[in-house]
Amino acid sequence: MNFSLSRATLIAEADPVGIACERAVCDRRGVLYFPDLRLLAVSDLHLEKGSSFARRGALIPPYDTGATLLRLQAVIADYQPRIVVSLGDSFHDGGGAERMHLSFRERLEAMMAGRDWFWVAGNHDPDAPADLPGETVRELAIGSLLFRHEPSKLRVEGEIAGHLHPCARIVQRGRSVRRRCFAGDGGRMIMPAFGAYTGSLNVLDRAYAGLFRLETLMAYMLGAERIFAISGSMLRPG
Amino acid sequence: MPPRYVLRVTEQPRLAEQNAAILLPEPFVRWFGEKGWSPRVHQLELLAKAQSGQSVLLIAPTGAGKTLAGFLPSLTELANRPKRKPGEARRGIHTLYISPLKALAVDIERNLGKPVEEIGLPVTIETRTGDTPSHKRQRQKLAPPDILLTTPEQLALLIASNDAKRFFEDLRYVVLDELHSLVTSKRGHLLALGLARLRAFVPGLQTIGLSATVAEPDELRRWLVSQASPGAMSELIVVTGGAKPEISILDSEERVPWAGHSARYATPEIYREIKRHKTTLLFVNTRSQAELLFQELWRVNEDTLPIALHHGSLDVAQRRRVEKAMGENALRAIVATSTLDLGIDWGDVDLVVHVGAPKGASRLAQRIGRANHRMDEPSKAILIPANRFEVLECRAALDANYLGAQDTPPLVNGGFDVLAQHVLGCACGAPFHADTLFDEVRTAAPYASLDRPTFDRVIDFVATGGYALKNYERYARVRQTKEGLWRVSNPGVAQQYRLNVGTIIEVPALNVRYVQTGSRGAASRGGRVLGKIEEAFLETLTHGDTFMFGGKILRFEGIRENECFVSNAPGSDAKVPYYGGGKFPLSTYLAEQVRAMLDDPQRWKKLPEQVADWLRFQADKSVLPKRDDLLIETFPRGNRYYLVAYPFEGRLAHQTLGMLLTRRLDRAGAKPVGFVATDYALAIWSLADMGWMFKNRKPSLATLFDQDMLGDDLEAWFADSWLLKRTFRNCALISGLIEKRHPGKEKSGRQVTVSTDLIYDVLRSHEPDHILLQATRTDAATGLLDVSRLAEMLSRIRGRIMHKNLEQISPLAVPIMLEIGKMPVNGEADETLLMDAATLVEEAMGPEMMD
Repeated sequence: MNFSLSRATLIAEADPVGIACERAVCDRRGVLYFPDLRLLAVSDLHLEKGSSFARRGALIPPYDTGATLLRLQAVIADYQPRIVVSLGDSFHDGGGAERMHLSFRERLEAMMAGRDWFWVAGNHDPDAPADLPGETVRELAIGSLLFRHEPSKLRVEGEIAGHLHPCARIVQRGRSVRRRCFAGDGGRMIMPAFGAYTGSLNVLDRAYAGLFRLETLMAYMLGAERIFAISGSMLRPG
Repeated sequence: MPPRYVLRVTEQPRLAEQNAAILLPEPFVRWFGEKGWSPRVHQLELLAKAQSGQSVLLIAPTGAGKTLAGFLPSLTELANRPKRKPGEARRGIHTLYISPLKALAVDIERNLGKPVEEIGLPVTIETRTGDTPSHKRQRQKLAPPDILLTTPEQLALLIASNDAKRFFEDLRYVVLDELHSLVTSKRGHLLALGLARLRAFVPGLQTIGLSATVAEPDELRRWLVSQASPGAMSELIVVTGGAKPEISILDSEERVPWAGHSARYATPEIYREIKRHKTTLLFVNTRSQAELLFQELWRVNEDTLPIALHHGSLDVAQRRRVEKAMGENALRAIVATSTLDLGIDWGDVDLVVHVGAPKGASRLAQRIGRANHRMDEPSKAILIPANRFEVLECRAALDANYLGAQDTPPLVNGGFDVLAQHVLGCACGAPFHADTLFDEVRTAAPYASLDRPTFDRVIDFVATGGYALKNYERYARVRQTKEGLWRVSNPGVAQQYRLNVGTIIEVPALNVRYVQTGSRGAASRGGRVLGKIEEAFLETLTHGDTFMFGGKILRFEGIRENECFVSNAPGSDAKVPYYGGGKFPLSTYLAEQVRAMLDDPQRWKKLPEQVADWLRFQADKSVLPKRDDLLIETFPRGNRYYLVAYPFEGRLAHQTLGMLLTRRLDRAGAKPVGFVATDYALAIWSLADMGWMFKNRKPSLATLFDQDMLGDDLEAWFADSWLLKRTFRNCALISGLIEKRHPGKEKSGRQVTVSTDLIYDVLRSHEPDHILLQATRTDAATGLLDVSRLAEMLSRIRGRIMHKNLEQISPLAVPIMLEIGKMPVNGEADETLLMDAATLVEEAMGPEMMD
């Protein structure tokens, strides 16, 4: 749990993953880092999900935005990326940015300062977040990579997407372990949701049908200390 | 007001008959006469006390005419009530009957309806449960019956309606059946709060509690009346006697196993008893035991006797079929779990067989009461211990039953989550003043010691979530008016509340359904539903695995859309054992009895010879613990060192002790590797020689078992335990933080589980003192962890630890050593499993393929 490791150490310690022609690091905290591009991708922050529920009468603790930003701050401090891509559903609903507490807004703006920041539009937040810097885009192509919120039905080499909140499940010695994960087949990568209150959906669910070449599917499950790369054939539904 | 009679009812039946004439209206006397019966002493005594305006607790064994006793005050009063004049307003409910089981309410409707009809009383009786159709419920609101039979949840709903005060204005009596089983749970807390509300509506309200024998009747007596004057108690009537049951322990010709819970060895002997009797009820402690026993019995059922299975997970229709067959005396034996525990009587049962240890003497008494439901004839029961420790436990239970000793779990203070639900319910009914409601809540026994700051925090929680970060003022569910009254902020809040009322949380479970016969492939579905099974168990299955359910061996075919699909796999063995179903801890009283027996070789004479031999061996090779001592044995085995402790405090307390001891041993450098806990003992194994460490006081056993382990160590372990997450989920659902149901859509267990885990993590790191986390810790400490029992034990054994450093395993240690490897170690090993899986991939594919 050492958050002050240097960027070089972080990259050297992790097994890099190939996506299209780019090298990426799946960080166990749920972000994807491309060292050659100095680009950090994070998906499905779902900021202000707590207050979104509260509006409808479920008064769940209002600390999710703070918790999510704190974790984001830590990874940004570690990698010091030049470019940050927030892959959509950055806010849980269209009014989220407006409702956000001033202290959180300031913290977010401090993180954004001095780097290129892209808000990819998601189904929860199709429009640009109110009064926040950064550029809102439908999708974003950089090098051989294509960033978009929802994975496309057609095969696209180098596509990085979110939206589905993947998790994976294995059974070992009669025990079941379920964790959030990156799911990739070498051509496409679907990122885990980063937000504090985001649930997850098994990569074997039918929502993922046709998205991956099953023979090369890998789930990079998020562990407490590291990422665990698990082959698709070992995964269980449910 | 009814006429007041001041009467002393003595035990002489003749006098009772004279009194009967005074107390009972003429039609009742005639009815008793026609039946050739005379009213029982306790029935008249209860009537007299009730007529003098008092609330009463009646403690009586099964078959003592408890139900009739409970309703006599209502029936006599209703019989004397003048007829309603034309144009006079409709009368409200006169008597409310509340039972823990829907089935019991239905049963009572039938049993009470008969005398009411025969006596010719102008009394209407109706049930109102979750199954009652909405048109009938609405009609009941407009034209209430005289006697309404219902459940605690329905009472909560009635209280939350805006005409509640008017609806209950004519209420005279509340009859609470099976009170001993109601009061120990959160349902009991909700019910106590509901009663407090009813008393506020109708100040003269009287309660009548009906209960099986309990160890602390005074707790129930306080529970029945307002605690506005602290410690106030209801009147008490205790019916003793009845014939003593004939109970024996099976003295098997077979070898009693060292460990395990199946009692498979005794199947032929059980079958022989079934053949000898008319109807046998076979009770077991868990569902898996029920399944197994049922299978085994059918394996030896050469005469194809009608033997049936009954447990809570089976499909309702199937359960009803079994119950019907039982009522018609069409069955020779029924294998059942606690679903049949409470006082419903069916059929002519002449033998009760209890398989496995009876865990708590009062549970045993209740179950044995099932046989021969007439108080004056002795019941007959046989206990079948599944292993050697259970032989000791059965013996202790048997002695306890003859002594009439009874125990129920101690009553605990009311939960804040339940209080939050009630507070919102009150607001849904009518706006309330915090001062008034606080006083009212404190009249309920479980909340008698509630302090005002906590109560205000609960209101704050109901209103805006009660967070230090005041973010949700604009979303408040209840708001204070200018006059200081709290009212719901919009009608949607009340609608939500009504959908989510209650404290019963279902474990996420899936339907078990047959794949349609004749159809093939993944698209086939639509076969018969067999029942429900926990998601957690199904998650460990793979396609093709076989397991036992509903008396059948089934093959797991897969999960689709919240249903588990299976097919028959006759002839094969169930591959995956199933540990589900209820598990009870050993009661404190029984644990003490077992320790006393170990300490007294005179009492071994009553034990089967093979078990007595086992104890003699133990005395020879090691030592037997003294009654109030704790025996610790250490010995090497294989390349490990073992510590075995014998506290006899129950699995939960041992599990908690194991968690805490391994932390301490780790700090002391013993390198503990794992532990296993049973009801009787705890074993820890390590890489370092613990025997040597204790001998050289590095650390001493006294230090290791010091009570201070319940401080920081417990707190540190709490911080990240999955047990707490599960408890938090329940508190979140009961308190209304998360909804069980939303209009139009029901959340699946999975969705709720995921989100409450995440909420727990966030809340714990940002506001560890939040009231819901407090409620969670209290719940876990009493329920899942049995901390209070552990604390008592640690204080009892101070200066009384007996250490025996052995060369090899002792006879007493054999059973727990056999458990090692059988039990999954819960919780914290997940990372290791992931590592294993990842390593397999690396081995199979080579590191270069990992990209």
